[in-house]
Amino acid sequence: MYTFSSKLKTFSFVLMLVGILGIGYGFLTAPKTIQDVEKILKEEEAHHEGGHEAAAAHHEATAESHEAAETHEAAAETTVDSTTVKHEEAVAATTHDTIAKDSAAVAAVPAAEAHTEKAEAHAEKADAHEAHDTKEHAEHVLHQLQNKPWAALYVACIFLMLISLGALAFYAIQQAAQAGWSPILFRVMQGVASYLLPGSIIFFLLLLACGFHMNHLFSWMAEGITVKGHENYDAIIAGKSGYLNFPFWIIRAILFLTVWNLYRHYSRKNCLAQDESNDNTYYKKNFKMSAAFLVFFIVSESIMSWDWIMSVDAHWFSTLFGWYVFASFIVSAVTVIQMVTLYLKSKGYLENVNTSHIHDLSKFMFGFSVFWTYLWFSQFMLIWYANIPEEVTYFVTRINVYTVTFWGAFVMNFIFPILLLINTDFKRITWIIVMAGSIILIGHYVDFFNMIMPGTVGDRWFIGIPEISSLLFFIGLFIFVVFTTLTKVPLVPKRNPFIEESKHFHY
Amino acid sequence: MSSTKVIHALYNDDDILMDAVHKTRAAHHHIEEVFTPFPVHGLDKAMGLPPTRLAICAFIYGCYGLCFATWMMWNIMINPDGGWPQDIGGKPSFSYLQNMPAFIPVMFEMTVFHAAHLMVITFYMRSRLWPFKKAENPDVRTTDDHFLMEVSVNGNEDELVKFFQGTGAVEVKVIDKH
Repeated sequence: MYTFSSKLKTFSFVLMLVGILGIGYGFLTAPKTIQDVEKILKEEEAHHEGGHEAAAAHHEATAESHEAAETHEAAAETTVDSTTVKHEEAVAATTHDTIAKDSAAVAAVPAAEAHTEKAEAHAEKADAHEAHDTKEHAEHVLHQLQNKPWAALYVACIFLMLISLGALAFYAIQQAAQAGWSPILFRVMQGVASYLLPGSIIFFLLLLACGFHMNHLFSWMAEGITVKGHENYDAIIAGKSGYLNFPFWIIRAILFLTVWNLYRHYSRKNCLAQDESNDNTYYKKNFKMSAAFLVFFIVSESIMSWDWIMSVDAHWFSTLFGWYVFASFIVSAVTVIQMVTLYLKSKGYLENVNTSHIHDLSKFMFGFSVFWTYLWFSQFMLIWYANIPEEVTYFVTRINVYTVTFWGAFVMNFIFPILLLINTDFKRITWIIVMAGSIILIGHYVDFFNMIMPGTVGDRWFIGIPEISSLLFFIGLFIFVVFTTLTKVPLVPKRNPFIEESKHFHY
Repeated sequence: MSSTKVIHALYNDDDILMDAVHKTRAAHHHIEEVFTPFPVHGLDKAMGLPPTRLAICAFIYGCYGLCFATWMMWNIMINPDGGWPQDIGGKPSFSYLQNMPAFIPVMFEMTVFHAAHLMVITFYMRSRLWPFKKAENPDVRTTDDHFLMEVSVNGNEDELVKFFQGTGAVEVKVIDKH
């Protein structure tokens, strides 16, 4: 039996406490009114330093409208010139016809005047437009800044919840595939998956908060967006409202979260019952249940990724998105299973786990990292290559505004793991695995950050106090829940039909 | 050491063979070669053979393939002096990085191609395998259901024969190698 070390427990509490304080700080410092934002924007303009892209873009727009006005003036001037030239020619042709010359000159002047007037009108219009823009811009920035603490919470929450879901899926795969190496790690996987219940409860509350308009994370939930004639009306989103509407969306969330949690609950129950039974009935039950769960999982996972992640950018869609999200959290889940295993082993709790088990998990970390990269690149390259405006904006934003995190995720999730874990010997060395694992986990947090942030906070992103403390809070909770579950039952299943093979697994 | 004599000890079970290999090594007889009809798991470790470095070769060949693909495509698609950096469907051929995604599939395939093929050729060369090569099996039964251990003879021949008969061999022969 594992006993939760008091140090780790304290550590998890400290993380949660620091996290809560930071989250509170994030919400308190978010601007409340449009006046606050205008003040922030003015300050930014006053500083006028690099990095305030929004302000710069705004200036550019103003400059452009001025330019437009200038062109008009220039056009007016040319008209005057050309008429004058023409009339001089006319003078040469009919030297004595002064009347014609005069009348022409008279005609030319009003034309030029009209043009200048027009240009002035344009300039005025541009000014009016600018004023309107400033207001709209401030409102836009207000929504982004108000979204910041919410989005930070949302990313950290969904990331940790999906890690536990990934551990559950990995566990189900091991059961359905009747793997001979892994039963020794089933209790560890169940431990990691146990975070699913608290995680999904908090996540569900977050979804409700979005639905009750406490934030603007999902633009398709905005009021009047499907009402024709409303100022928020969006024809594209209105066209999707048969799928993207709050009741249907939340019912799907309830269904998925419930079924996942039910599988987690009953599969663990059967696994424990199998320990005390005289035959393999519970094992067989678990086998069938895992196969059924996996079918449900892959359908629900795909829909989940559209609902909770892709719909943040409601104008954009991608067909392989479900797989991409799956790859991202399954590799994180395997990494977490690996890290928990290494921790427990280092404390002397998993005597039957040998370097071959560690090696197998490392191979999964390596393989799934490459799999993630494959999907990441496939999604990116197909859109980049075809460059269809309606879908390429997704990557334009990410590459221009999220340059560091976008390419950083690629480096952390592919380059580092492939170089660190390709060597067979390295796959067994604890410190290398922990290093590669940490990079993978940070990389996939950043990956989720890249998926959510551009659609919610746009160019107002920063990995600051709200983001880090949200992550700390959920990590603390995760550690607390996972290690509490691990203390509940023995770490080695007793009567699993493959447990002997697993104990003596050697690669 | 002028003796060219070797002992051929034949076994019909891989477990017995493994035992015999352990005993032979313990008795400090030099094992020249072991012939088996199929891979016997753990035999290389029992014989004390060093691990293969073929994987390291493959990694290096893969790196080479990646460099080759990059060099090739840069020169054809991008290089302003020597290549043809044309506008093909609006793709940005100003620098390699700008048009990189389009090159990745080729870079990937070239990496795999070089890693795989050069490694296989290395394997053939290192294990001296080629078409029309004269087969080297000392006893045709070793390709079907017998295992053969070849040990060089130093000193007492009869004692050595007795030793191998004691290891469960179904047949022990002394062969004059030329």
